[in-house]
Amino acid sequence: MTGRTLITDARNTWCPGCGNFSLQFALKALLQDLEKGGTSLDDVVLVTGIGCHAKLADYLDVNSFYSIHGRVLPVATAIKLANPALTVIGCAGDGDAYAEGLDHLIFAAKRNVDITLFIHNNRVYGLTTGQYTPTSPLGFKGRSTPAGTLEYPLNPLELMYASGATFIARGYSKNQPLLKKTMAEAVRHRGFSFVDILQICATYFDVHDMYDKYVYELSGHDPRDPSQALRRILEWDYNNPAPIGLGTFFEKDLPTFGSRFSLQAAVPPDRKEKIRMLLDGLR
Amino acid sequence: MAEHSILIGGRAGEGLNKAGIIIARVLNGLGYRVFMYYDYPSLIRGGHNFSIIRASPERIYSHRTEVDFLLAMNRETLDLHAHRRSQGTVAIFNSDAVKAEGIGLPLAQIAREEGAPEIARNTGIVAGFCAASGIPWEALEGTLRKEIPRGLEANLAIARRAYALVQPVPAAAIARVPRDGPPLPFLTGNEAAGIGLLSAGLEAYVAYPMTPTSNLLHFLAGLPPDHGLTVVHPENEIGVMLMAGGFAYAGRRVAVGTSGGGFCLMTEGFSLTGMAELPVVVFLGQRPGPSTGLPTYSCQTELHFAANAGQGEFPRFVVAPGDLEETCYWSAAALALSWRYQMPSIVLYDKNLAEHGYNLDTGAVPGLPDLPPLTWDGAVPYRRYAITDSGVSPLAFPSAKGAVVKANGYAHGENGITTEDPVTVTRMQEKLLRKGEGLARDLEGMPAVTVSGTKAAPDALVTWGSTAGACRDVAAGLGLRVVQPVVLAPFPAERVRAALWGATRAIVVEENATGQLERLLALHGIRVDARIRKYDGRPFAEDELGSRVGGAVS
Repeated sequence: MTGRTLITDARNTWCPGCGNFSLQFALKALLQDLEKGGTSLDDVVLVTGIGCHAKLADYLDVNSFYSIHGRVLPVATAIKLANPALTVIGCAGDGDAYAEGLDHLIFAAKRNVDITLFIHNNRVYGLTTGQYTPTSPLGFKGRSTPAGTLEYPLNPLELMYASGATFIARGYSKNQPLLKKTMAEAVRHRGFSFVDILQICATYFDVHDMYDKYVYELSGHDPRDPSQALRRILEWDYNNPAPIGLGTFFEKDLPTFGSRFSLQAAVPPDRKEKIRMLLDGLR
Repeated sequence: MAEHSILIGGRAGEGLNKAGIIIARVLNGLGYRVFMYYDYPSLIRGGHNFSIIRASPERIYSHRTEVDFLLAMNRETLDLHAHRRSQGTVAIFNSDAVKAEGIGLPLAQIAREEGAPEIARNTGIVAGFCAASGIPWEALEGTLRKEIPRGLEANLAIARRAYALVQPVPAAAIARVPRDGPPLPFLTGNEAAGIGLLSAGLEAYVAYPMTPTSNLLHFLAGLPPDHGLTVVHPENEIGVMLMAGGFAYAGRRVAVGTSGGGFCLMTEGFSLTGMAELPVVVFLGQRPGPSTGLPTYSCQTELHFAANAGQGEFPRFVVAPGDLEETCYWSAAALALSWRYQMPSIVLYDKNLAEHGYNLDTGAVPGLPDLPPLTWDGAVPYRRYAITDSGVSPLAFPSAKGAVVKANGYAHGENGITTEDPVTVTRMQEKLLRKGEGLARDLEGMPAVTVSGTKAAPDALVTWGSTAGACRDVAAGLGLRVVQPVVLAPFPAERVRAALWGATRAIVVEENATGQLERLLALHGIRVDARIRKYDGRPFAEDELGSRVGGAVS
């Protein structure tokens, strides 16, 4: 046990009522549980992008890499490959992961690298003061689209299913117990774990009334049955009102990206000799 | 002893690069110093490919326009290279495809009769060349056995028949060069870069394929697993650079490779490595732009791009080796210096150095000075960006007991937590820049500027990167001095000035249209008297540069 408080003395600058407080609370609880379960917090790394969510890197007193917009996943992937003993948790925003860094998201899923990604999906750009994101509903009136967006939102769960993610879940910042449980399952899963977490933006897109009305916890659902998983994933399209399932939608076991590397090991002691042999072969 | 040049050409996709390498290795085995120029269009099949192999008893770095042997797999090769022929040039051609004067070999027929694949016809023409030049059969056979892993017997059968069909041409004979010890390794700049990186403890290499650095990726990815190297080919160059940042953060020695277009995508992450103080080495192989430009050709157009890439102000190390020994040395040095100063490095080279074949004299590669990184001694609390006199903060990596390691691309305090406080921001910017001062001091003990040729000659060629090779070849004949700044950032201006001391005429030679080295020299108050520039994508041939230099000094 490190006996850390887990919260740094950095001044918190989220808006009052921000959904990120709930996520921070859940993440802190998750880290405490990991520690109770025998994982040293020295072996945990948090990687964030840029956006309101990313301030977590400053607020949580754990190893962190405060990266750049959209780039959480290549950083997190390499950290895991570099040191497979680490538990690597990525936090990204919806603009971060679904717009700027979409290519990395698809490839992280495709590779099945053993990391966990939590998306703080408030369906709006908060830090840049209120523009639409890939999950904003059609007609969203933001500062860059005052007449309303002309494009439909992405369903990130459907995208992740198509990309080969081996763990797909959804959380809601106002349902703490289920969120904590889902996050814990995601970290436990070996392979790429994806959790889209609906959170409200108190300043630019507060739709908690809608969420409160439509969310429900998946029950009687077998996440290992692809057809059931896909049916539930397609139930809500992030646009039209429909029941919004929460919990783990899909899970399967596949070899992880890291496990396919024969060696992440140290430089061999006889590398000089190996280089000499390489050069001899080129004479 | 004479030198020899051999051109082999044909259609792209017919394995001519391999045939050129076989010729180069045969000559290398005979004791020659060898250079191989390889010219190919950006396509997989069709188009014209050719290699020029130049072999000399002396060390050489460039090709010559004229050739002694012209090996033509098709008519086009004879037509396109007619200007390279002199009276003594021996033409050997595939008589099933070409009717011409010279030595015809019915290669298609031989291949058919031996049941060999079409590509093996190259082996036939190489064997014809060996017979014509009087190279012993054993020398060819030994090389073929090493170089052709699949279908060796069919290739040997074709080679034997072609060899027997051709009579030696005494005027074009290629004799063995007496040397002590085994022949030098013959390899490309990409391979030499890989060797240098490995020797400096490389643990991970990340790259997205792009000419002319793809072969560095292939070389490292193709190493046996017991080299302990992790090689990743991610979704794009943005992912490459950020992965490299992740490897470095986790304590792994990492390098990436690309060309100009890929480096454009990397600059965002490159700036992050500056701010977050992550040691990453970039191999930037130049090819002509703008944009896609001439993808498979060579140039020196990214000096200022490399020196200035990325938003914000942060120190970096930029080095442009000119030959394989320098590539080996500086690749290793870049990795060590990146780690010592926790900053990005760029090894700036070009297609000419990256993909062409040269000898590597490992005995001529100096040892690196001791350049240890600064590591954390366990004192708590750990502060990733602790302010020190040198600007270098002790390194710790995730999983170190009791250290919370916070890397950050935002302006940050010593603990790695974001700040906008003006006093902290100022102190941290100054800390970042102080690292560059230490780097410059370390470089004082390293060969950051070279002087070659006639070192006290009044006429000096000032050049950089692989163009130094052609300059050295020319200087040897004309008795000139060659001054080559190898390190470009931090720029060793005083040493360049010292290297030019006593020179009455300085001529800048570079392969770009706007004079990038000349501009850098001017920034540091170093004036030159004349300039020779080339920007057609083809590196200088020795004679071509020689006549332009002759025009400038006369």
